[in-house]
Amino acid sequence: MIELQDVAVGYGGSELLAEMTLKLVPGSFHFLTGPSGAGKTTFLKLCYAELLPSSGFMGLYGQDARTMGRDDIARMRQRIGVVHQDCQFLDHLSVAENVALPLTVSGRPIDGMELAELLAWVGLKAQMNALPPQLSGGERQRAALARAIITSPEVILADEPTGNLDWEMSLRLLSLLMELNKLGKTVLIATHDLNLIRQAKAQVSARVLRIANRRLQLAGADL
Amino acid sequence: MRFNPFGSELSTADRVVPPTGFTANLTVLTSAAMAFLAVFALALSLASGRLADRWSEALARSATIRISAPPDQMETQLRAVLEALETTPGVASYRAMDEGEMRKLLDPWFGPDLPVDTLPLPKLVELTETGQGIDAEGLRLRLAAEAPGAVLDDHTRWRKPLIAAASRLRLLGWLSLVLIGGAMAGMITLAAQAALAANGQVIRTLRLVGAQDAFIAGAFVRRFTKRAGAGAALGTALGMAAVAALPAADAAGGFLTGLGFTGWGWLWPLALPVLAALVAFGATRAAALRMLRGIR
Repeated sequence: MIELQDVAVGYGGSELLAEMTLKLVPGSFHFLTGPSGAGKTTFLKLCYAELLPSSGFMGLYGQDARTMGRDDIARMRQRIGVVHQDCQFLDHLSVAENVALPLTVSGRPIDGMELAELLAWVGLKAQMNALPPQLSGGERQRAALARAIITSPEVILADEPTGNLDWEMSLRLLSLLMELNKLGKTVLIATHDLNLIRQAKAQVSARVLRIANRRLQLAGADL
Repeated sequence: MRFNPFGSELSTADRVVPPTGFTANLTVLTSAAMAFLAVFALALSLASGRLADRWSEALARSATIRISAPPDQMETQLRAVLEALETTPGVASYRAMDEGEMRKLLDPWFGPDLPVDTLPLPKLVELTETGQGIDAEGLRLRLAAEAPGAVLDDHTRWRKPLIAAASRLRLLGWLSLVLIGGAMAGMITLAAQAALAANGQVIRTLRLVGAQDAFIAGAFVRRFTKRAGAGAALGTALGMAAVAALPAADAAGGFLTGLGFTGWGWLWPLALPVLAALVAFGATRAAALRMLRGIR
């Protein structure tokens, strides 16, 4: 699925990440933690090829990301659901339209019943015709999650999905992600919230990775 | 159940780009203005083409023989010329111009009271050619032998520059059309680039949810093509109305009064909105793909 071998990322002559090696196997659940600015978002951007490694091998579904064309990357992103930290909605479209966007851009038909069910699952059925700026922080995150999974991707990447949420809403979002994992989806959540990780580890078998000194480490024992 | 959350009035792909008033108006106005100008350039081109054809055809079929001889030889040489024309292949008709016609020709320069009979004027013989035409060089040689004072003028000397001028005017009209098209492409490219830059975040979001180049470019291309086509249709309609309001061609076929369309020529301007749409399609697609190259 997603495989990194000795990957480094540089920008403007400085190295942001180095010696990154990881293989996301199907059905696995990972947390990625580390202090703010450690490179969690950069790491996730690598995983959906918004950034390319400056060295090492970055494999996406068996293909070297550095040799993929723009349209290849677009097709690959239809297989990876991403919950962005800032959600990234099109503010002139309704919540339903935003959630259905991955289907729209890939030319796939939109099943109204399934869309309504998905919105109900994330608790946004009543807001389906609202515009994104009218949503609260928690509602935006749940809408972003719905958009990330509407194409039924094999991998879900979430970048600080609970960053702006209260504890109760964070747990609700976490439970949605754990449900998806139980359905066989591979989940990688970048977060600096250790309480959230502890909460999840009680219910799901998760590996915890940490970025420290620009390197990726297994951090399960520290939690 | 199939569902279109974007409503039925617009396709889903069209709605992903938010409406932008400034660039929309700019594109429509630019296309309308350019199409308006293009109608006149087209009218100029077609009118000068007609003029060149008319001059070419009218002058190619007539010639004049001028006889300059001493008064006592004038009648002899005139008879010799008429006899030569009688047996010359390619001559449909001929006649010697009388004093009244000569007076008419000279009226504009000397006034109506000129005593033509007292002036040593040459005799003029006007001839009309058949479709096959005359052998001008052969006739000249024959006239030189039989009527030494006769000179054949087949109008070539002044016909050629006139036709060349009309042809260049026609070329100028077509060149104007090309320049107008180029200017329109430039303006639409700028408007498209402004729209693309203003929607940079939209494009990044579309990229992140898996949109390919063709989808994103297509959303912008369709929008600008429709706007340019609509604007050009408006400009073409106004331009055609303005051309129709020009004075009609007079009997003499004056150039300025003949600046318009005739018959099937009125169909030519209808191609302008289609051309404008094609120009917008190409310009927007090129601008969009150029910008998308920089966004992963």
